[in-house]
Amino acid sequence: MKSSFVFSKWRNLMTVAMGITMATNMSIAAAASVNTTGLAVTDKTVTVGILHSLTGTMAISETGAQQAEKLAIKQINESGGVLGRQIKIIQEDGASDWPTFAEKAKKLLENDHVAAIMGCWTSASRKAVLPVLERDNGLLYYPTFYEGLEQSKNVIYTGQEATQQVFAGLDWVAKNKKAKTFYLIGSDYIWPRTTMKLARKYIETVLHGKIVGEEYAALGSTQFGSTINKIRLKKPDVIYGAVVGGSNVAFFKQLKAAGITGKKQTLLTLAVTEDEAQGIGGENLEGFYSAMKYFQSLDTPVNKKFVAEFKKMWGKDAPIGDVTQAAYLGPWLWKAAVEKAGSFDTDKVVKAEESGTITFEAPEGKVYLEPNHHLKTRLRIGKWRKDGQADIVYTSDYIMPNPFPKGY
Amino acid sequence: MFGYSVSDLGSIVVMQGFSGLSLFSVLLLMALGLAIIFGQMGVINMAHGEFMTIGAYTIYVLGKITAEYFPTFLPYYFFFALFAAFALAFLVGYLVEYLMIRHLYKRPLDTLLATWGLSLIMQQIFRTIFGGREVSPNLPDWLMGSWSVTDTIDIPINGMVVMAITFAVTGLVVMFMFRSSWGLKVRATTQNRLMAGAVGINTKKVDRMTFAVGCGIAGVAGAAFTTIASTGPTSGSQYIVDTFLVVVFGGATSILGAIASAFSIAQAQSILTFFLTNAMGKVVTLLVVIVILMLRPEGLFSSKVRK
Repeated sequence: MKSSFVFSKWRNLMTVAMGITMATNMSIAAAASVNTTGLAVTDKTVTVGILHSLTGTMAISETGAQQAEKLAIKQINESGGVLGRQIKIIQEDGASDWPTFAEKAKKLLENDHVAAIMGCWTSASRKAVLPVLERDNGLLYYPTFYEGLEQSKNVIYTGQEATQQVFAGLDWVAKNKKAKTFYLIGSDYIWPRTTMKLARKYIETVLHGKIVGEEYAALGSTQFGSTINKIRLKKPDVIYGAVVGGSNVAFFKQLKAAGITGKKQTLLTLAVTEDEAQGIGGENLEGFYSAMKYFQSLDTPVNKKFVAEFKKMWGKDAPIGDVTQAAYLGPWLWKAAVEKAGSFDTDKVVKAEESGTITFEAPEGKVYLEPNHHLKTRLRIGKWRKDGQADIVYTSDYIMPNPFPKGY
Repeated sequence: MFGYSVSDLGSIVVMQGFSGLSLFSVLLLMALGLAIIFGQMGVINMAHGEFMTIGAYTIYVLGKITAEYFPTFLPYYFFFALFAAFALAFLVGYLVEYLMIRHLYKRPLDTLLATWGLSLIMQQIFRTIFGGREVSPNLPDWLMGSWSVTDTIDIPINGMVVMAITFAVTGLVVMFMFRSSWGLKVRATTQNRLMAGAVGINTKKVDRMTFAVGCGIAGVAGAAFTTIASTGPTSGSQYIVDTFLVVVFGGATSILGAIASAFSIAQAQSILTFFLTNAMGKVVTLLVVIVILMLRPEGLFSSKVRK
C-alpha cells in the first residue's frame, strides 16, 4: 500500500515535471529553426556555461581564464550578440576537484541545456569532463596549452598542443644560444612528462644535442637545493623547465639564491606566464625565457585594445597570461562557428568549426581553426624583465597543430 | 674523477653540505610549532600550514606598507615583520583555542576533523582577502642573493637567514620550556593534568598559551619561508605532510626528538636526492622512516603523552 502511494506521488511529480518541460519547449519553439536539440535558446537570448575553479588550488590559475571569457561575452553582447541573441552566462565552480568538474558539466548540459561551455584548465579536469560531453553531445572550449594526444569531436582546443610549444622553442635556443647540452626539469605529472618526452627526442635526433639530466619534482615540493647543485655540476647550456604551481616559485627563488641568474645561465620555461610571474617576482625571473604564444607586452593595436579593456573590467593590476588570452578566443570562435552554421545545434556548429574557414583577429594575431579542432598559431619567446613583463625576442612562423605527432 | 675537476667536486660537496643543513633548518622550523602543540597537548592541528600562511601574508602586507610609506626602511623591515608575524599568528591561535579547540580536548579525532575544516575556512579567507593568485612579497634585495665564497661556490643568503631564524627560535623554545616558570607549568600539565591542577596550576590557561605559542612559531616559520618559496592561499598545505612526518618520526612529545628527526630526514633526503632522482630520493627517505616507525612506533624519542 505504502509503496504504491509513493509511486503514484512520484508519477504525479513526473507529470508536473513533464508539463514544465513542455511549456519551456513551447516558449522556445519560435527559436526552433536555429535550435533543434532543445538547447537553452530563445528569440532574444542564448545561454552558455563557464566552468572553472573559483576555489581550491587551481583558482590561482583559472581566475584569469574566466575573467577573459566574461570580457569576450560582454563584448559580443555589446556588438549585437550571436545570431542576434544576447549571451547569458551560467557559471559553475569546479572547485579544483575533477569529479566536481564532471558533475557540474553534467548539470550545465542536462539541466541548463547550455549551448556551449567555456572551461577547464588542467588536463585532469578536461579528461573528467570529456565522457559527459561526448554522451550529452555538448561543446567545450578549452583554453590551456596541454600535452596533446587528444582530439574530441566535442572539444575545441584554443591553447597550444605540445608540438606547437616545444619544437620551435628548442630550435630557437639551439640557434641563438648555440645550446648543445640541456637539463630537463618538470613537475611530476602528465603534461611535463609528455612534453619532456617530445623534447628529449627532438633534442637528440633533430638538434643532435645532449640531455645531461632529467628530473621531476613532486607537485608542491618546495626544496630544490640538491637538484640545483646537480644542475651546477652538469653545467648545461640550457635549463629547460616545466615546473608548475607553488613549486615554480620555490624553484626560481632558490635558483637565484644559488647564484644561477639570467645573466649567467640560459633558462627556457614552458610554465611561466604573466600570472606566474606575479607570484615568482620579476626580480627572480629577470633574464630567463618563456616559450608561449602570447605575452601581454605584445605590441599590436588589437592587443593594446584587449589589454586596455581587460584592465578596465578587472582592475589595472590584473595580469594577462597566455591561457587568459586563449580563453578569450573561446566565445569568439564559438560565435563565428554558430553564425557560419546558422544554428546552435552542436553537430552543425562542429561541422562549421571543422570547415577550416573559421578565423579570428585575436590579440595574439590572426588565428586559424584547423579541422583537427586545434588552432594554427605562432610561438613567441619572451625574455622576462624585472617588472614581471616580458620582452618578445622571437616570433615563429605559423605552426600547424599536430596533436598526434608521429614517432614520439 | 667522473669527468669533473677536483675543485668542482669540492665546491659541490660544500654546497651540498649547506643544502642539507638548510633543509634541516627548514624542516625543524616548520615542525617546532606543531611539536609543541601535538607533543604537549596531544592536539593534531591540521591547520598548522594555514598559521604559516598567516605569517607569509604578514610579510607581504608589511612589505607593501613599507615600500609605500617608508621606502628607506625596506632593507631592514623583514626582521620586525617576523615579530609581527609571530604576534598575529599567536593572536589567531589564542582565539581559535578559545572558540574551538578547548571544547574538543576529550575528542582527539574530532579535533583532527575540526582543524582540517578550519584550514579550509582559513584558505578561503586568504583567497577572499588577497585573491586566488600567488603574491610576491617585497623582500630586501640583499636577502635574495647569493654569497660567492669562491668562483665556484655560491651559498644562498636566504638559506643562511632561515637557518639563523631556526636556531634563534629553537633556542627560545628550549629556554621557554625548560628555563621559565611557564615551561614548568606546561610540562607539569603534560605529565599529569589532574595533579597539576591540584597544585594550583591553571591548566586551561596553560593550554591556551601553549596552543597560541605553537601557532605563533608557525607564523614565524611561514614568514621565513617567503624567502625560499611561494606565498598564496594554499601555500601552507605544501608543508603540512613534511611537518607531520618530522613530528611523528621524532616522537611526538619531545623537542629534542623533533630536532634529531628533522636532521636525519633532511640529510637523508638531501643526499639521496643528489645521487638518485628527486622522486626516488623522497621515496627511499619515506620507506626508511616507515621501517623505523614500525620498529619504534613511538618515534625516535618518546615520553608519556596526556591520554
